Amino acid sequence: MIPFNFTYCRPSTEKEAADAFAAHESEGKTPLYYAGGSEIITMCRTRSISPGCVIDIKNIPNLNLLSVDGNHLIIGTANTLTKICQSKLFPLLKLACGRIADHTNQCRITLGGNICGSIIYRETVLPLLLSDADITLFGPNGGRSASVESIFRRRLARNQNEMITQVRIPIWALDARHAHIKKTANEKIDYPLISVAALWKGETLRVAFSGLCSYPFRSKEIESVLNDRAKSIEERAQRASELLPEQAYNDSVASSEYRLFVLKNTLEKLLEGWENDSI
Amino acid sequence: MTQYDGKVVISLNVNGEVFEVAVRPADILLDVLREQLGLTAAKPGCLNGDCGACTIVVDGLPAKSCLMLAVEAEGHAIETVEGLGGVAAAQRAFVDGNAFQCGYCTSGFLMVCHSLKAQYPTVPEEYIIEEWLQSNICRCTSYNEIRKAVYMMYE
Ligand SMILES: Cc1cc2nc3c(=O)[nH]c(=O)nc-3n(C[C@H](O)[C@H](O)[C@H](O)COP(=O)(O)OP(=O)(O)OC[C@H]3O[C@@H](n4cnc5c(N)ncnc54)[C@H](O)[C@@H]3O)c2cc1C
Ligand code: FES
Ligand code: FES
Repeated sequence: MIPFNFTYCRPSTEKEAADAFAAHESEGKTPLYYAGGSEIITMCRTRSISPGCVIDIKNIPNLNLLSVDGNHLIIGTANTLTKICQSKLFPLLKLACGRIADHTNQCRITLGGNICGSIIYRETVLPLLLSDADITLFGPNGGRSASVESIFRRRLARNQNEMITQVRIPIWALDARHAHIKKTANEKIDYPLISVAALWKGETLRVAFSGLCSYPFRSKEIESVLNDRAKSIEERAQRASELLPEQAYNDSVASSEYRLFVLKNTLEKLLEGWENDSI
Repeated sequence: MTQYDGKVVISLNVNGEVFEVAVRPADILLDVLREQLGLTAAKPGCLNGDCGACTIVVDGLPAKSCLMLAVEAEGHAIETVEGLGGVAAAQRAFVDGNAFQCGYCTSGFLMVCHSLKAQYPTVPEEYIIEEWLQSNICRCTSYNEIRKAVYMMYE
């Protein structure tokens, strides 16, 4: 049971949603955009958050688009992870979505909820960071768009009153060579010890990580080391593991040292797959 | 735009019947099914989306009813074990295959299997079955029997 009351709004356009946000905010109700609800309900139940109003945005048509339009794949952020997997339009994103939570939860968790949620992993961000994707936002002051690379710094830099509506992925990324490796501590279904997403643009490898540090990231320094094919696989993996943007994450699941150990092994496996063409 | 403040009366389509229920917008579907409609097959377990004991089917797909508001269910078709009537292929297979011990997880597994059969009328590849079943936990570890029951459901 959620031990307090809130107002529930179900708008049918972005404008209605943003107006409702502004109106409830001005009444001091601390509104929240609501998508799959899996994080909001859990956090409300434990009183970690107590919004006075939730604005359910998943019935807005633009947030449910999922199609290729000219040079971009457009994914509305209310699409569930299952719908994205079933569409098979962006294979790397499909692999990432297919390893988040479990199948039943994937039928509810939305792309927008995963990107904007408070859990540090946000694994769907990795394919977006690698594919030069753009993101569109809409709030009481209208819409804007930005590249994911420029707007995602540790987390998505947005105003609380802005919802993310769509991501746009250039079509080169849809059939690019790719790999996704998620390592968990025990069970297959769990938060990542580390997740590595890889996408090749031509012959150049791009990599992004989740679980390794306290936020998901792509590192061009690490990429430059991994792309130096004159060096041995072991040397590249070792050097890459020394270039993290902060100390490897340390929690009750695994120490920093263990995460680094798993990282090196995973990078070696990735580079071997590249060398012997098994990826 | 639909907006609900305080207690409201909504219609829920559960197992093909329409029910009017008075709910708070913050009420969780699992609680409304159990406490207002007396449909107690969906069970409270972790209430975090981890265990699957509360699984129902919404518009043909499995959903954890502890992570859904009752007001969100308006306009959608909800199925619970009570709607299977004791005759669904999944139910027969679980009984014939002794796929439970204490039974607390069984309703959740049944709804996952029922939805799997609806989505995949012929037996799907093993990895798909595994993916679907991994959404639920059985503390009595009847996993082998449950897996066998999935195949029996397709016989
Ligand atoms: C059992 C379980 C296992 C999980 N495992 C993983 C995992 O392995 N890896 C991983 O990365 N995550 C995992 N998660 C986390 C999950 O992806 C997040 O909790 C996610 O927020 C849920 O999405 P939702 O659509 O249900 O979000 P909601 O609960 O609706 O919203 C979450 C947050 O995002 C905001 N939000 C939602 N949509 C938008 C939008 N379009 N614009 C702006 N803000 C928005 C909301 O305001 C809220 O703050 C798991 C969650 C569960 C329940
Ligand atoms: S009670 Fe809903 S998943 Fe555990
Ligand atoms: S039969 Fe007891 S929890 Fe599964």
